[in-house]
Amino acid sequence: MSEGATTTVDDSVAAGRRRQMRRQLRRLFGNPLSAIGLALSGLFVLMALAAPLLAPHDPLAMDPSNRLAAPSALHWFGTDDGGRDILARVVYGTRSSLLTALGILSLASVIGTSIGLAAGSFGGWVDETLMRITDMFLAFPALVLAMGLAAALGPSLFNAMLATAVVWWPWYARLVRGQALHLKNEAFVEAARVAGASGLRIAVRHILRNCLTPIIVQMSLDIGYAILTLSSLSFIGLGAQAPTPEWGSMVSIGRDYFLDQWWIVTFPGLAIFLSVMAFNLLGDGLQEALSPRLRR
Amino acid sequence: MARYILRRLLLMVIVLLGMSVITFALTHLVPGNPARLLAGQHATQEQVAAVAKLYGLDRPVVEQYVIYVGGLFRGDLGMSLTTRRPVAADLRQYLPATIELTTAAILLVIGLGLPTGMLAAIRRGRPLDHLIRVSTVAGVSMPIFWFGIVLQIVFYRNLQLLPIGGRLGIIDIEPPRVTGAYVIDTLLAGDFGTFLSALAHLILPAATLAAGSVAVVTRMMRASAIELLDADHVRQARAKGLTEPIVLGRHVFRNALIPTTTVIGLQVGTLLAGNVLTEVVFNWPGIGLYAVNAIRYLDYAAIMGVTLTVSVIYVFVNLLVDIAYVLLDPRISYASARSAGG
Repeated sequence: MSEGATTTVDDSVAAGRRRQMRRQLRRLFGNPLSAIGLALSGLFVLMALAAPLLAPHDPLAMDPSNRLAAPSALHWFGTDDGGRDILARVVYGTRSSLLTALGILSLASVIGTSIGLAAGSFGGWVDETLMRITDMFLAFPALVLAMGLAAALGPSLFNAMLATAVVWWPWYARLVRGQALHLKNEAFVEAARVAGASGLRIAVRHILRNCLTPIIVQMSLDIGYAILTLSSLSFIGLGAQAPTPEWGSMVSIGRDYFLDQWWIVTFPGLAIFLSVMAFNLLGDGLQEALSPRLRR
Repeated sequence: MARYILRRLLLMVIVLLGMSVITFALTHLVPGNPARLLAGQHATQEQVAAVAKLYGLDRPVVEQYVIYVGGLFRGDLGMSLTTRRPVAADLRQYLPATIELTTAAILLVIGLGLPTGMLAAIRRGRPLDHLIRVSTVAGVSMPIFWFGIVLQIVFYRNLQLLPIGGRLGIIDIEPPRVTGAYVIDTLLAGDFGTFLSALAHLILPAATLAAGSVAVVTRMMRASAIELLDADHVRQARAKGLTEPIVLGRHVFRNALIPTTTVIGLQVGTLLAGNVLTEVVFNWPGIGLYAVNAIRYLDYAAIMGVTLTVSVIYVFVNLLVDIAYVLLDPRISYASARSAGG
């Protein structure tokens, strides 16, 4: 094959990919709910990145003379029991929530993908052993096991993240194993094997690369739940510790005052609710756009 | 069928053994010295060693595990540091409240989720369907601890309709314990006034706990009902002149129940975990509140006791759901269920 012919083939493949991507983007934005999800998630990401610019006050600065102040022009969301500005804390809270959620999903997907890929590609006793271990973890109710683990590791946001990742990877292992089993019998994998590619090369170059879309879809569906789990752990005292600006622990502090000072629980709770909903809508939209076969 | 159940029971034993390994690893291999933790911060070296010897913490890990599992078989979950009582006795005391709350939530999930999902499917694409869809997204996105507090603000503080928490009012007298569920025990005792109080105390926590699962079950019900509404056998039923209620009831609703049952079973795990958060918000004296108090004092025996108990209940419920699934769906033979369960 000449140089020129390869380029043309590559070009037309690239053009096809671009066309497909445009179609997928249209599908994503065409649905008003997904569009809202995308816009809101974007806002939260922006808020996390630009927190120091957006927050009107220092999220940790105490002001004892201004404790439990109601929302006003100076403190839009009011202040908490230490006189700290709640708006500033909600804005900074975006950072811990998104970062830890990202941490959970990265850890869980890397562990889960490696195990699922090994199980699905190599089969036999490797598959059997790995999947029985996976089933064992899936037999626990996730949040309860995460609680036990987080308590054993000691309460901190980082440990809560680790604990959640440990209960989360089995879902990715299952997903990737299923994909790998399906892909293993495809003609292009067969061809690579005949051409003499090693098992590891096939697993990584041919199987893993074709698992990426479902993994990304799954991650986008999971971000919301990761935020929810982390804030729940923080709420019961197993995650971020006061005075770290974290939504779950802010609600937990506000619980002592909610009958008279409703703003302390309301705004961080609303932030959790809206961010989780935004990522859920986006995840649903991505799933429909990227893998319409799964559409319900 | 008997062979299928036997196989599943065997599988359950293996899962439970695996769980005991995980919880053992959590309690005994924690970073830091458990003996020091038990003895207290100011204990001398000798005192720590004595505690280690007393609890067998100086023995090899495998031996410790065998002792731990042996204890589990006798119902020995260790001593709680906070209550200074056996964890098993504590759990027996607090479990009924959790079961009452979870059962009430499951009833809400079934009673609300199934009809709402069905309604959305029938009105597919219309405003009502969109409204239900948005509500279900909101339902699964709601942090339940926050939702509970919002309900308290609305129904206790603003409307003064329902109590803020606990299982009974201050003036109510605890009914004699039969089942441990106050709404049943008060009726058995013939105390109608206290029954109403117990019921009023149950409403907000049950609604809080159920909200997310109602949304999930509604979605599932809608999806499977829509699939069935387009199915050939439903068109056939309509064509032969069956009335709409019969078509919807017998051909759509009943068949849509099959996949939805599995989802409800899986939701039991979510509900059991959600109990922890709900019980904290409503000061509901169940094992969730017990666990959170234990977390505050790093009372590992109590935490792991709750983790293990909840997980065992979860595994058992899932077994029941799987059996119900095989019974409900005539298309699944036990043989194929066996290979699928492989």
